[in-house]
Amino acid sequence: MDLIDNLSLGFAAAFTLQNLVYAFIGCLLGTLIGVLPGIGPVATIAMLLPATYALPPVAALIMLAGIYYGSQYGGSTTAILVNLPGESSSVVTVIDGHQMARQGRGGPALAAAGLGSFFAGCVGTLILAAFAPPLTELAFKFGPAEYFSLMVLGLIGAVVLASGSLIKAICMIMLGLLLGLVGTDVNSGVARFSFDIPELTDGISFIAIAMGIFGYGEIIANLSQPEEERQVFTAKLQGLMPTKEDFRHMIPAVLRGTALGCSLGILPGGGSLLSAFASYTLEKKLSLKPGEIPFGKGNIRGVAGPESANNAGAQTSFIPLLTLGIPGNPVMALMVGAMTIHNIQPGPQVMTSNPALFWGLIASMWIGNLMLIILNLPMIGVWVKLLTVPYRFLYPAILVFCGIGVYSVNNQTFDVFMAAGFGIIGYLFLKLRCEPAPLLLGFVLGPMMEENFRRSLLLSRGDFSVFVTRPLSLGLLIAAAALVAVVALPSIKAKREEAFQEE
Amino acid sequence: MKIKSQKDFLSGAMFICVGAAFAIGATNYTIGSGARMGPGYFPLMLGILLAIGGAVVLAGSLRFGTPDGERVGRIAWKPLLLIIGANLVFGVLLGGLPTWSVPAMGLIVAIYALVAIASIAGPRFSIRTALILGTILAIGSYLTFIVGLSLQFQVWPTFISG
Repeated sequence: MDLIDNLSLGFAAAFTLQNLVYAFIGCLLGTLIGVLPGIGPVATIAMLLPATYALPPVAALIMLAGIYYGSQYGGSTTAILVNLPGESSSVVTVIDGHQMARQGRGGPALAAAGLGSFFAGCVGTLILAAFAPPLTELAFKFGPAEYFSLMVLGLIGAVVLASGSLIKAICMIMLGLLLGLVGTDVNSGVARFSFDIPELTDGISFIAIAMGIFGYGEIIANLSQPEEERQVFTAKLQGLMPTKEDFRHMIPAVLRGTALGCSLGILPGGGSLLSAFASYTLEKKLSLKPGEIPFGKGNIRGVAGPESANNAGAQTSFIPLLTLGIPGNPVMALMVGAMTIHNIQPGPQVMTSNPALFWGLIASMWIGNLMLIILNLPMIGVWVKLLTVPYRFLYPAILVFCGIGVYSVNNQTFDVFMAAGFGIIGYLFLKLRCEPAPLLLGFVLGPMMEENFRRSLLLSRGDFSVFVTRPLSLGLLIAAAALVAVVALPSIKAKREEAFQEE
Repeated sequence: MKIKSQKDFLSGAMFICVGAAFAIGATNYTIGSGARMGPGYFPLMLGILLAIGGAVVLAGSLRFGTPDGERVGRIAWKPLLLIIGANLVFGVLLGGLPTWSVPAMGLIVAIYALVAIASIAGPRFSIRTALILGTILAIGSYLTFIVGLSLQFQVWPTFISG
């Protein structure tokens, strides 16, 4: 069977000492930043991107992927023990998880989150392996018009599923696309919007934008709030093993969460956060079995479901990236950046031209999940200790790593200043409640989108109807329009606002 | 006319200005036609679309909003200036400014300066903790980035390392 062949190739690639070490470093860092509130995977991956320069591409991608799914594990620890989401995707875990910790059942809650995540991660990896080849084949049928429409769908999907105002998010995408166009135009060689600054002719540094907006902007916002009191509930942490009763409740929730996460992760804009929300809503809707604790009071299903879903979603959100080259969320946008600095053009050709990398990355995810369950359950005490490090020691460290990271990409001071500028812009966005994630997606897709737009119109001799006369392209555009229409419907609009209210 | 959402009003204005700026800037480059697009075509189109989107946001801010007018609120000047300032100082110390003949001081000095300035932004600033933290981070970064990942950095000031 092909799948087995492919996976064995992948495991052969992933089981080298070097790759195992980097998978471990990735998972360790992921757990670390997952546990620590106030720093997320986006900022961390942006910080470490330049450091992966020296590594071979497989090792680099394995490590960066590990940070993303590792943070899904770590986030639940903080959610359960401190009543604070360590990661945005564990927001809903806080509700029931912390109640369980208060009742002295923190151990089973952590175990439910860990075991659920592990199961979901394994299934997600399998789905990724199974779905990648057929989707890749489909992608080879795409012409420039289809690619353009696919990117439109991807970008629209990303904002529809995000919180906040739709029209503002679309504006942020366009802003991102425009920023992505700064630099030398590949077709004519004209340096656009570079103001005769030589450093700008290569375009704005992706890392400077990601770090400025997601790193500095957040730090400034965090510092403007009074220092929060962190209460770590560890005194009553004894016994990790859930009871038989717990298992009976959590297994169906894990299965449902995994299924939801796997399907939502594939969608553009999907990924861990959305999956966790959807799973919690689903669990709450299902009626309580006799003798079960109500939701909000420490129901184990409210931990197991969302935690499985966010890990499954994190895993399957790699599918659009690896098969079509389209990033569905900001973390995937960073992965595009990582691939480009290693001279790998993301897209369907990665699988054929670079099979060891492709399957090695997938296999490493399974290995990573195994490492994570070991890192998180028996070693929980270490992470709990870490939670007592106050933010005032943390943010200068983050700043140092950001600074070094930005500088080391091109060894240019200019990029450091650029990041500072985007830090101000990032804070401004926060103040104006403009979501920065769509901007980053637009920024990454900008040049690709222009290229495909130009190419399709060149082929059609300037006839704009090319986007609607080709059936595949038309279908993608209709799907995009339908998404916008659905969200704009008053009844759904209210529901959507309600869903994001719970944040 | 009353602004119902200050946040949306300002975002709309921002989008209009940026969109218009890009669109106007794009006219400096060849626009071309649909079949043979010049470098200005796509940015011009996008700039116009962004300005239109901004106008919609702005119009919406006059109609929808919460009773409190969704005010932007106080700008946290202290952390804003200190964090951004710390970052700028870090850049200048690390790489120097050849145009103004500011010599590069290298990584270690830059880290101490960044930590010291950034720490003022936090609660309970003390110079002692800042120095300790700076030392830990300087040693840690040296070991990770210079020794471990062998990145090419100037570590010490120019007048010492020559």
